[in-house]
Amino acid sequence: MATIYLDGTPYEVEDGQNLLQACLSLGFNIPYFCWHPALHSVGACRQCAVKRFKNEEDQKGEIVMACMTPAVDNTRISINDTEARQFRASIIEWLMTNHPHDCPVCDEGGECHLQDMTVMSGHGFRQFRFAKRTFRNQYLGPFINHEMNRCIQCYRCLRFYHNYAGGRDFNVFGCHHHVYFGRHREGVLENEFSGNLVEICPTGVFTDKTVKQHYTRKWDLQTAPSVCVHCSLGCNIIAGERYGRLRRIRNRYNHEVNGYFLCDRGRYGYEFVNSDRRLRQPMVKAKGTFKPVSKERALEHLATLLNAGNSPVGIGSPRASLEANFALRALVGPERFYLGFSDLDFQLVRAALKILQQGPARSPSLREIGSADAVLVLGEDLTNTAPLMALALHQLVYGNAARAAAELQIPVWNDAAIREIAQDQKAPLVIAAPTATKLDHVAKTTYRASPDEVARLGFAVARCLSHEPVVVEGMAEEEVSLAQEIAQLLRQAKRPVVISGTGCGSEAVIQAAANVAWSLAASNPAAGLSLVVPECNSLGLALLGGQSLEAACQVVQAGGVDSMIVLENDLYRRSKSAAVDDLLSKIEYLVVIDHLASGTTAKAQVVLPAATFAEAAGTLVSNEGRAQRFFQVFVPEGEVQASWRWLRDISRTAGSGDREPWENLDQLVSALAEALPVFQGIQKAAPPAAFRLMGEKIARQSHRFTGRTAMLANITVHEPKPEDDPDSPLAFSMEGYQGLVPPSLITRFWASGWNSVQAVNKFQSEVGGPLRGGDPGSRLIEPEKTEKFSSFDGILPTMKIGSDEWLIVPVHHIFGSEELSTVSAAIAERSPKPYVALNPEDAASLELDEGEKVELALDDGVFQFPSRFVSGLPHKVAGLPVGLPGATTFKLPAVGKVKGAADRAEG
Amino acid sequence: MERPLTRNIRLGKSPLHLKDYEKAGGYQGARKALQTMAPQEVTELVKNSNLRGRGGAGFPTGMKWSFVPMGEDAPRIKYVVANADEMEPGTFKDRFLLEGDPQQLIEGMIIAAYAVQASVAYIFLRWAYKRAAQLLTKAIAEAYQAGYLGQNILDSGFNLEMHLHTSAGRYMCGEETALLNALEARRANPRAKPPFPPVVGLWGKPTVVNNVETLCNIPHIVANGVEWYRGLSQSEDRGTKIYGISGRVKRPGVWELPMGTTIRELLQEHAGGMSDGFTFRGLLPGGASTDFLVEEHLDVNMDFGSVQKVGSRLGTGTMIILDDRTCPVGMVHNLERFFAQESCGWCTPCRDGLPWVARILQGLEQGEGEPGDLEILDRHTHLLGLGHTFCALAPGAIEPLQSALHYFREDFQRHIDDKCCPWS
Repeated sequence: MATIYLDGTPYEVEDGQNLLQACLSLGFNIPYFCWHPALHSVGACRQCAVKRFKNEEDQKGEIVMACMTPAVDNTRISINDTEARQFRASIIEWLMTNHPHDCPVCDEGGECHLQDMTVMSGHGFRQFRFAKRTFRNQYLGPFINHEMNRCIQCYRCLRFYHNYAGGRDFNVFGCHHHVYFGRHREGVLENEFSGNLVEICPTGVFTDKTVKQHYTRKWDLQTAPSVCVHCSLGCNIIAGERYGRLRRIRNRYNHEVNGYFLCDRGRYGYEFVNSDRRLRQPMVKAKGTFKPVSKERALEHLATLLNAGNSPVGIGSPRASLEANFALRALVGPERFYLGFSDLDFQLVRAALKILQQGPARSPSLREIGSADAVLVLGEDLTNTAPLMALALHQLVYGNAARAAAELQIPVWNDAAIREIAQDQKAPLVIAAPTATKLDHVAKTTYRASPDEVARLGFAVARCLSHEPVVVEGMAEEEVSLAQEIAQLLRQAKRPVVISGTGCGSEAVIQAAANVAWSLAASNPAAGLSLVVPECNSLGLALLGGQSLEAACQVVQAGGVDSMIVLENDLYRRSKSAAVDDLLSKIEYLVVIDHLASGTTAKAQVVLPAATFAEAAGTLVSNEGRAQRFFQVFVPEGEVQASWRWLRDISRTAGSGDREPWENLDQLVSALAEALPVFQGIQKAAPPAAFRLMGEKIARQSHRFTGRTAMLANITVHEPKPEDDPDSPLAFSMEGYQGLVPPSLITRFWASGWNSVQAVNKFQSEVGGPLRGGDPGSRLIEPEKTEKFSSFDGILPTMKIGSDEWLIVPVHHIFGSEELSTVSAAIAERSPKPYVALNPEDAASLELDEGEKVELALDDGVFQFPSRFVSGLPHKVAGLPVGLPGATTFKLPAVGKVKGAADRAEG
Repeated sequence: MERPLTRNIRLGKSPLHLKDYEKAGGYQGARKALQTMAPQEVTELVKNSNLRGRGGAGFPTGMKWSFVPMGEDAPRIKYVVANADEMEPGTFKDRFLLEGDPQQLIEGMIIAAYAVQASVAYIFLRWAYKRAAQLLTKAIAEAYQAGYLGQNILDSGFNLEMHLHTSAGRYMCGEETALLNALEARRANPRAKPPFPPVVGLWGKPTVVNNVETLCNIPHIVANGVEWYRGLSQSEDRGTKIYGISGRVKRPGVWELPMGTTIRELLQEHAGGMSDGFTFRGLLPGGASTDFLVEEHLDVNMDFGSVQKVGSRLGTGTMIILDDRTCPVGMVHNLERFFAQESCGWCTPCRDGLPWVARILQGLEQGEGEPGDLEILDRHTHLLGLGHTFCALAPGAIEPLQSALHYFREDFQRHIDDKCCPWS
């Protein structure tokens, strides 16, 4: 600890900080622009000037930049010193010489850091009387709007995009007061994290283009804390609504999970909530066509159907909440509850869960992954399957250089100096995967091979670590030495992490990762194992337990089942079309509860409109094993309700008595925790609905929410009573508690004088640190720390590949492979069309030009796709993108034959 | 009077070839250092000589070298860089040395590199110095051929590779850390200090950046010793200095003279006084980024301490003379427009403050001045002071303005009152 004196008063602060961090953490307001807790200090904007005095006698002092000055013991500074205040006001005045006065028409208005800092600095009257400099704007793709005239040259965008996220298609051009931030040529921003520019930019240069289509001021949004549903990482988000439409997604800071950032899939995938494909009314099929009916009518119909036949089976869903899945399981009975995974995912996710539960390696949080000092990735293309984890791994280079810098007395926040030391240094990161990944350029070593070979390398590394003979059958000499090199890297590390997952479709790869992590954990309790799973609640569903889809098919085939309830799941994405057709043809009564129309809903007799994540509360379990609550943002139109409420209603009307008497989420959560003790932690994921602060619920609407009495005036001039929310302590109202709330209930980041997202400072126990009251989420899986563990024997299932055959591996796309986000127009615009990836040499041997059609002969049939050349794919390995909307569902990896199509040129 | 730095320079003639340079006593310093002295001894010698950087800031050279990590644990690659990016308006002393005696610079760099045990040296040359580029290229090749560069130089076991890099041309590159960024093919923005280049420099490795004139002093200090060097001048700063004068004088030029020669001697004896019909009004003593001095300062000694005492800086020691037939506001406008243009755009005060200053001065010149303009200018002279900005560009840029506002205030005021430039 160090003692610093602020305007004469002593304060204890953490060692090693800079003055800006320290003062903000103490609750003082100092304006700043270029500094950011995640991007650290560079001293560019000069906004955080304070006066520093040499000692108690020094009355004159000197202006220093708080962000660039270490808060060492006995530092004496003044924030309120007249000269310092005047200097800070001058900085704003200079920035305003070029910043346009367009706040009323600027999307950033009302949550603009520049507005806040202007007010904070006290600058009011501008003496500059000359012309402002102007720029041309660029088209940057479907996500980001560009308005360069507003730029105040804080360089944050560049530092985030280029340094933090590793983007190379964005830079600063020009010099003096004509510096320009953009692309060399206008075009789509390529980086997967570009959307963060919206929050990083302190003013309105980069704004959210999707919001522009249904623009709403921040203060007019009804917002609630939520969790991203577009991958398994469980990034915390704030979702905002007005007039029944979900307007936007913003980051919700969680120190342990996503920190300050989101990926573009998470930020822009939300539009499925507003989609035309939404189901808003119950529908009953009569003579082959659907007819919308009332909720009561639908339930009556269901009661008749279900009571007539035998008991239904239930198909759960990895993209539905724990509560919804549990409600289905309770309705149909555990023995008739089938997890809605594809068969391969069923096998892989269950394997992953078992490994995490067994230990001894624990699953690290994203923050822990980002601060690891050695990482091995096996088989996973993280940028596309778990984007924020890739972003975390990008920071390994910085961490590495910061450790070297510490020896030169350079503090971790001196960003420029540390990046200077880092140069083009590679991260202590090894990636072994079937395809090239976007992280490869920061990795020390990469190894590209088939999933089996990746697994074999992993097993060899584990053997090295356990001091067993390294040689695994069939390994080349250089692979043995690579395994030794990786083992060495991991062994020397203080906080090694092994990352793998379901991405390449191989259980052996996951087992190999487990062996490596376990061998490490035997001697290093800090060793972590992170396994990426496919969907937002894959791990939760696996924890819930149930049988596979294959088992469901067998039961149905065997006869005796004539009704089925499918929960938030499109079975056509889980299995081959023919197999699903076959399955569903044998079901007489198919009930589908979902929010989007799909191939599966089309086959249903009854379709019930489910609430999306924005319209109901629930709990998801991330790949870390962290249970996190998402809250209802708004009351949807139509008869939409949470899936678990449909299931409860079915249970009631279908006459199965009052087995499921849940009135609200809390009751359901308690029932779940009681039925399955593994879920006890989820009760701690958020306070119960009865929670009150100062006797009040927490307001979803800001105290500046406008038009409350006018919004519905076209329908009724009477202001309706706000809707009740039995599931949470949040109110659909601007009335309620507006101050500091428990972290899992933060509806928006706002503090007096801090209207922008930077207000998050005021919610943290120290700036850039954990949220006050602890970061949200409750870890459900904590393996026992033990030195004894039983590792997998490392015997590879040999996939037989004939000399004329190819291995087809899955290729994931951040934009395209996930079901819900591709419904959003902006994401759809970035999604690829189906293709086959071949390495250029292989393509040449097939005499193919890029784009020409390839014929793919698999067990499932013969398919034709255009070719795409991807260098780095191993020889005779082809890649097929998975999950693209409307595309055929394959079980990958698979073995097949590849050749140029007869009519190839027409591709 | 000894003129060690320019002794080999013959106006209008090509510089000495290596052989002739050797005959004239060249490479004796390098030989002595590499063959008879330990690296630390060389640094110690230079420290004792009191040699201060000739690029403008006057930082003690030996001390700079002593910051470089030495010994077994030191980073493997270290660098020496000659700052030959002479972009300061009114300054052409380094050009004189580069074109007149390139071997002298190379020898200085070899010794400097030996002292800090650097294995790679760069000459960062101003883009416009085409002739110097040709001569240096040739000189480096000669030095390689003669074994002064490359492996095992003079059988000492010391290795040094030398490269010439011609800049793309920004004033900013004269700032040593911006120079290093430019050398790394990055934007020529200055770096935050600390860490300083001797610890974290080029490509993150320890690097000494010295001005050309500074490096040219080194061979003579090593060859002739500290006593000799200190005897060259009565000034505290020791040695000789290359002074220059431009403006409306009879004989503009550069001269090597003992450090601390008075302005009057320079102006009257060496530059031959003002041109006929022009009256002296003031001068910028060391390039465009130094404060004006006026008549009363003519007897000031041109050394670091003396010039500072009267409120300006020695800078590069190359003066620009202001005469009575030139508008001081116009002159300052010209300078501020230059500095505003050359700002790298990194920090706010410099990027947005200087254009405002330049725009007001342009307004004054065009008769668009308004009451209050001088107060805004005054305010900027304080706001753009040292420590307020990221590097020294803006504080330097504001020096001629603040002193002009002091010494020539009535001229500024007349621009506003008369709504025109009285000189136009």
